[in-house]
Amino acid sequence: MGSILDEDQTLTLQELCEVCGTQSSWILELVQEGVVEPMGQQQSEWQFSASCLPRVHTALRLSRDLGVNLAGAALALQLLDEIDKLQARVQMLSRCYDFEQD
Amino acid sequence: MKYKDYYKILGVARDAGQDEIKRAYRKLARKYHPDVSKESNAEENFKDVGEAYEVLSDPEKRSAYDQLGSNWKAGQEFKPPPGWDSAYSFHEDLGHGGIFSDFFESLFGHGFGVPRGAVHESRRVSDRYARVEIDLEDAYTGATRTITFQLPEVDGQGRLHVRERTLNIKIPKGVKEGQYIRLANQGGAGAKGAATGDLYLEVRFRPHRLYRVDGRDVLLDVPIAPWEAALGAKISVPTPAGTVEVKIPEGSGSGKKLRLRGRGIPGNPPGDLYVVLEIAVPPARDGRARELFKTMEKELRFNPREKLGVY
Repeated sequence: MGSILDEDQTLTLQELCEVCGTQSSWILELVQEGVVEPMGQQQSEWQFSASCLPRVHTALRLSRDLGVNLAGAALALQLLDEIDKLQARVQMLSRCYDFEQD
Repeated sequence: MKYKDYYKILGVARDAGQDEIKRAYRKLARKYHPDVSKESNAEENFKDVGEAYEVLSDPEKRSAYDQLGSNWKAGQEFKPPPGWDSAYSFHEDLGHGGIFSDFFESLFGHGFGVPRGAVHESRRVSDRYARVEIDLEDAYTGATRTITFQLPEVDGQGRLHVRERTLNIKIPKGVKEGQYIRLANQGGAGAKGAATGDLYLEVRFRPHRLYRVDGRDVLLDVPIAPWEAALGAKISVPTPAGTVEVKIPEGSGSGKKLRLRGRGIPGNPPGDLYVVLEIAVPPARDGRARELFKTMEKELRFNPREKLGVY
């Protein structure tokens, strides 16, 4: 059981609110901050990729647990992404094993 | 149950003031928040810190806790002293996710868990996240794995417990690090009214002895002999999907990357596997090897540092 969170699945604004248990005003703020980017022009046409769910949840938890406002949460998400990339690069650049000659 | 030393958890002295306690809590909450920290025990530390703050920031709870005395050591077996009034039953909005240890509940009763500063109302409290570590090989072939994690659940009396759950999950072939696997309705049971949520598992790779991973690409350091580098060679290299023959071009240098197309993590498109060459020098302290190297030194006109401008 279990499917990879499909980049192709989408949610409307209403569905996203339901899944996250939050008001649309909060999601709108997330859009304004650029944390999530829906497809479509009008709010009524918005489609959110299902792959944005983890980001939305993280923003939720950061604001709930650490008292961060949404602008702060947006910054935090950005920095966390950057840290991820840097860690991957550090891993890439460091040797993973040495050949011992005996 | 074990005694918890809340002062030690926050790293403050027993006579610390409120400001100091709040500062210590905020710093540690930021440090251990599971979305911020990648450490495996981050969530546990985060809960501990929140619980310590819950007690020490409330004058009533703090003085009750202090009455236990300062002779207890963290981790010691503990029972509330006789006559302890656990009509400290807090049916209030206890923040911080509302999940407390047995130790806390034995002293202060059960709290009703509603997250502090909830941004929203009928929250789907029960979407859960967990991180699961898999082996790189699992991503090549897909796999079934048993994982254990903890889920907060609300019981019939509206109290929050933490329940350990074990699940058999299928790792799909081609999954890459940072992707989420969604298991519908496997999240915790919701508090009144909220539907059972979904479980989201974030995939991470266990560090591998041989391979490094970047997205769907995989890198492998491969040592070669000086003559293989100079003359070229056909060598065998391991890959997560089995051994492969690779042609080393003549005149290869250390650090040269050979791309094996499509041999990275499967997908659409699949990643590549990069063989990173590294020239390994045979030991030449004595014997034939030493002779041969000395001969090369004498007879070959080779200055690798020419470009540096030194002889």
